[in-house]
Amino acid sequence: MHRDVKDIAKQMRVDIIEMLAAAGSGHPGGSLSACDILAVLYFEKMNVDPSNPEDPDRDRLVLAKGHAAPALYAALAEKGFFPRKDLITLRKSSSYLQGHPNMNIIPGVDMSTGSLGQGLSVANGMALAGRLDARDYYVYCVMGDGEIQEGQVWEAAMSAAHYGLDHLIAFVDHNHLQIDGNNDEVMTVNPIEDKFRAFGWHVLTIDGHDYDAISDAVETAKATKGKPTLIVAETVKGKGVSFMENQVGWHGVAPNAEQAEKALAELRA
Amino acid sequence: MNSATREAFGKALAKVGATNPDIVSLDADLSCTTKSAIFAKAFPDRFFNMGIAEADLMATAAGLATCGKIPFASTFAVFATCRALDQIRNSICYPMLNVKVVGTHAGPSCGEDGGSHQAVEDIAIMRSLPHMVVVVPADDVEAEKVVAAAAEYIGPMYLRFARLASPTVHDEDYDFDLFRGEVMRDGNGVAIIACGMMVPRALDAAEQLAAEGINARVVNMHTIKPIDEDLVEACARECGKIVTIEEASYVGGLGSAVCEVVAERCPVPVKRIGMPDIFGKSGPGAELLDEFGLSAEHIIEVVKSF
Repeated sequence: MHRDVKDIAKQMRVDIIEMLAAAGSGHPGGSLSACDILAVLYFEKMNVDPSNPEDPDRDRLVLAKGHAAPALYAALAEKGFFPRKDLITLRKSSSYLQGHPNMNIIPGVDMSTGSLGQGLSVANGMALAGRLDARDYYVYCVMGDGEIQEGQVWEAAMSAAHYGLDHLIAFVDHNHLQIDGNNDEVMTVNPIEDKFRAFGWHVLTIDGHDYDAISDAVETAKATKGKPTLIVAETVKGKGVSFMENQVGWHGVAPNAEQAEKALAELRA
Repeated sequence: MNSATREAFGKALAKVGATNPDIVSLDADLSCTTKSAIFAKAFPDRFFNMGIAEADLMATAAGLATCGKIPFASTFAVFATCRALDQIRNSICYPMLNVKVVGTHAGPSCGEDGGSHQAVEDIAIMRSLPHMVVVVPADDVEAEKVVAAAAEYIGPMYLRFARLASPTVHDEDYDFDLFRGEVMRDGNGVAIIACGMMVPRALDAAEQLAAEGINARVVNMHTIKPIDEDLVEACARECGKIVTIEEASYVGGLGSAVCEVVAERCPVPVKRIGMPDIFGKSGPGAELLDEFGLSAEHIIEVVKSF
């Protein structure tokens, strides 16, 4: 069942490297760590249709960690929301593919993000709207682990539990690294699970690169009623490219031509 | 009549909410005093108290707006525009979402709570955000019409309301146009361009000036962004000098907006009355307005000074 998703995720990683190399700037580490989560969501879980992108009943995804835009764009292109050939225009002044997601000009993007910490609140709003309209869609929110240092995340964590938003499924892409170093050196975020549980959430921890585990966790979340679910996805920053894995230096630096070639050779092997 | 614009906001929101099921209200534990509680009581399922969490308030409203709701997110003006500025910028204005940011207790007329609670910079801040419309109604009648217009207009909007009751200067059948300023008294000796509860004070000043042979035009510039540029230019061309007055800092607000238009389209002398780059302080709101020069007497003095 997951063979397709595996191939898609592989292609997404190739796309990520190619578009970042072409752009000359951007965030490979966090794009590669979130890649498998987005692949499972867009290709196995989410009810979205490129021919009807504004369908009010569609599932939504808020990429709260907006700097992982290349991973989102790779998924959306693969899904058919826009042509794959456009991917290499990322970050160019003539392109609609902005450095961070822009819902107004990029087909398939449900929310503009970039300023960390706001996405979970937005996802809550989408889930509240779904409840008001008696629609059955799910709202996914993918946060970074450094991102949860933002106080607003905890305001939103309180709200989601207060309103019992069981159609909200949030992920923390727990790759343990942020720009200035290891999370727990910069500002301790652990134990993430205990914190969200204390806020009233249903919490799961999984291997964020295991397609079955991601898929099963989403199903468990959907079966959980009356409270929101947080899936802490243990991931590797830079996953799939040996010299980028667990290297904080690859948070926000694009590969040069030579590095990109090496990365692509590994990914295609 | 003669009630606070925040009171009119709460009643008007409940009124438009009765006919438009997409309208939702969010507040940050101040619904009793912003008066969104009037809506909450009428439509409890469409009201969301977000607790004392203004950032969450604004971004949750944004999420609701992406799904076709028309959220009115209310709290004190100072918290809405300062504490939640990043959320208003990045989650509301940048994606052009249909959220109405409602700031109450704006300006020194907020009174006894003091300078920490009296927004003086909100108009300037909101005016600087791309896509944001900024509206400051003159009285309760206009406040009701502003809420109705906000529900119809698609896009981000900042609505500024006051705590203090102020005189009603409009008839109920007043024909409100969101993007056109209102000439409330004609004249060509000087133009007094005002907003909010400074409008009745401008009318008082004009009355007194008339007794002294100075014919002042009084303009209610309820919408500060986009400002009615043609009307500002007409004031400059036909009156030759302009006095602006607002219950906010004179840095970046109505006065600045008027100066920008005047400088580009018809340069004439302009004097700005507002909070002179200072914060407010505790005291009865009405007294503070006078103390800070936000009065008919000060308008008259300034008109005669140039």
